[in-house]
Amino acid sequence: MMNSLLIDASKCTGCLQCEMACSYENYGIFAPAKSRIKVFDFHETGRKVPYTCTQCDEAWCMRACPVGAITLDTATGAKIVNEATCVGCKVCTIACPFGTINYVQETGKVQKCDLCGGKPACAEACPTGAITYVDANWTGLERMRTWAAKLDTQPAANA
Amino acid sequence: MAWQRQILRVDLTNGTCNAELLNMAWALEYLGQRGLATKYFSTEVDPKIDPLSPENKLIFATGPLTGTMASTGGRYSVITKGALTGAIACSNSGGYWGAELKMAGWDMIILEGRSPRPVYLRIENEKAQLIDASEIWGKTVWQTEELLKRKHQDTLIRVSSIGRAGESGCLYAAIINDLHRAAGRSGVGTVMGSKNLKAIAVRGTKGVGKIRDFKAFMAATAAGKKVLKDNAVTGQGLPTYGTQVLMNVINEVGALPTRNHRDVQFEGARDISAEAMHEKRKTDGKANLVTNQACFGCTIACGRISKLDETHFTVVNRPEYWGASGGLEYEAAWALGAANGVNDLEALTYANFLCNEDGFDPISFGATVGAVMELYGMGVLTSKEIGIEAPFGSAKALTYLAELTARGEGFGKEVGLGSKRLCAKYGHPELSMSVKGQEFPAYDSRGIQGMGLAYATANRGACHLRGYTVASEILGVPVKTDPLSTDGKAALVKAFQDATAVFDSAGICLFTSFAWTLADVAPQLQSACEGDWSLENLNVVGERIWNLERQFNLAAGFTKADDKLPDRLLKEAAKTGPAKGKVNELGKMLPEYYELRGWTPEGRPRADTLQRLNLPA
Repeated sequence: MMNSLLIDASKCTGCLQCEMACSYENYGIFAPAKSRIKVFDFHETGRKVPYTCTQCDEAWCMRACPVGAITLDTATGAKIVNEATCVGCKVCTIACPFGTINYVQETGKVQKCDLCGGKPACAEACPTGAITYVDANWTGLERMRTWAAKLDTQPAANA
Repeated sequence: MAWQRQILRVDLTNGTCNAELLNMAWALEYLGQRGLATKYFSTEVDPKIDPLSPENKLIFATGPLTGTMASTGGRYSVITKGALTGAIACSNSGGYWGAELKMAGWDMIILEGRSPRPVYLRIENEKAQLIDASEIWGKTVWQTEELLKRKHQDTLIRVSSIGRAGESGCLYAAIINDLHRAAGRSGVGTVMGSKNLKAIAVRGTKGVGKIRDFKAFMAATAAGKKVLKDNAVTGQGLPTYGTQVLMNVINEVGALPTRNHRDVQFEGARDISAEAMHEKRKTDGKANLVTNQACFGCTIACGRISKLDETHFTVVNRPEYWGASGGLEYEAAWALGAANGVNDLEALTYANFLCNEDGFDPISFGATVGAVMELYGMGVLTSKEIGIEAPFGSAKALTYLAELTARGEGFGKEVGLGSKRLCAKYGHPELSMSVKGQEFPAYDSRGIQGMGLAYATANRGACHLRGYTVASEILGVPVKTDPLSTDGKAALVKAFQDATAVFDSAGICLFTSFAWTLADVAPQLQSACEGDWSLENLNVVGERIWNLERQFNLAAGFTKADDKLPDRLLKEAAKTGPAKGKVNELGKMLPEYYELRGWTPEGRPRADTLQRLNLPA
């Protein structure tokens, strides 16, 4: 069974624990500037929104890469950047419709979310459940449950 | 480690920026932020100088846990000689700016001198430069942040700045970062304005990596987060209701200072409480509160984000105030509301927006308006002088005076002096509800005895954040004590003051102390930093910092005579509630406190005390 990151922005408080966890997992340092998940601050409406790669099946980045540096991790479904192969041409950053793969000037390579090999550090660090890692076929389950609870049904015995 | 070991020293007079190594011997004795910056400040600055002279310095300091995964690890403090008080000032702020400074590779910025013209400081990792600020001088905090992000084409810049209040000399001007987080008290923003420094814009991408033992640190911080989550106050009360959870509680116990401390209970408390912020308005069907929000690294998330009623008289046809912004915390709601007898939640929220937009302290501002309203009621001040009729309870007078104070215009100039100077000017110094020139926060010491001693002895003037015995006397944290008794309060105040100095020096938020004791902080510091951060030593560090601040104030000319409360609290008994008939019995507690502190009966640290704490005589 494969899991997906599920983001519920309404639960995000903007604490950036996810960004620190991401940079610590990948670089051994607390540095939101190096994070692959970003929390956006829409201060006019008071909303904080975490955003990262959704691991498209038909991944534009993977298809666009001229040297085959982006490959599929069949265990998690993540599209992985192989740094040794990446030449830093940035074509993938143009191809990605969502902006979630980015160039890193310090290394001359690109980086993106790799789901931490199946144990995403961001989801583990999130204190409010705004970021969870759930059954990929049922990312809508909690939303369905919420709406189901609102249906005005009476138990048959009381009908 | 955990420190970046770099200080940025900025000479505003000559326009230079230089890096220097952090004094690690001092860091091992004073930890960081409040303690370490006070060590630098008191070593480098003559305590007798005028706070608004170029000889004063302004330090922005982070702690070792700032910019780490420790919960609430995003704090910074501003240390200077306070414009309002002339005492050591130390104002603590959250938001994201402090962590960004640390990520840029700096523990601290020391600003000295005075720039010949308005400038702002731009920091991009190791690069720092002063830039002409003529296009942002005269702008609000909110405009300044937007203009700087646009000018540098970088939406990720974090900005800390002053608004028009700080430029125009309001004596309790604040420094605001991230639009609505404030280093709020004692006039640290006034000092910044006097130096012609408008803003500090930071972008830091280097991160914080020098942790002594990462594995132990991750385990210790995870354990700390669990304690916060499982605690009723930090896990449920604060995220749901914010600090405003206190409004009805403090009113019930008869310790909500009302109408310039004439009363101790406010009949309109419920209208301005957390519960009221959650309720749907009759006018537009929406609640004042939009959501809660966190500062950097915080797993509590007590911050309030509010939206105004667009039909309210203060903002009709003014869409620039219709967006979501920093809402009412308990202190602001009290100072703008109960202290003036105003129960209009939207008016208070609007006044609070103005405090953030132009950078001034809602506590000192609100309390000063309370004094103005009392003087108006006595006929000492008239509507001709004030510019509006200003009886207690007038939301119109409150918001009108907030607008004038924000801009430093008209009678706002007088309000910007603070209550001590304003009341003296109009012949009634006894009406200033302040200690060492700084206005009281939201707890009446007739109903919470320990707070009287905490206020009288707080090194930055009246303040609830230096020894919050409310936690024990009202909330029962860590143990319940009787708020109407003075028994044991000297020891309680000392313990809270010393522990608080450690929280304020570590880079974490004091609100964690609703759930954490120093025993929870020690393993986080010990795994992050070299040095001895055992519980035993942390207690000594806290006491050392407290005495260092005291030494600065004594050298500045403060004496035992300044450890006092206004006569109103000592002689006029509370009229209603559980504390009815009570005054504050400071005289019973103060001698015992001096003795416990190892001070002389005149309130000066004894030689053996200084020696024990390794402090200079």
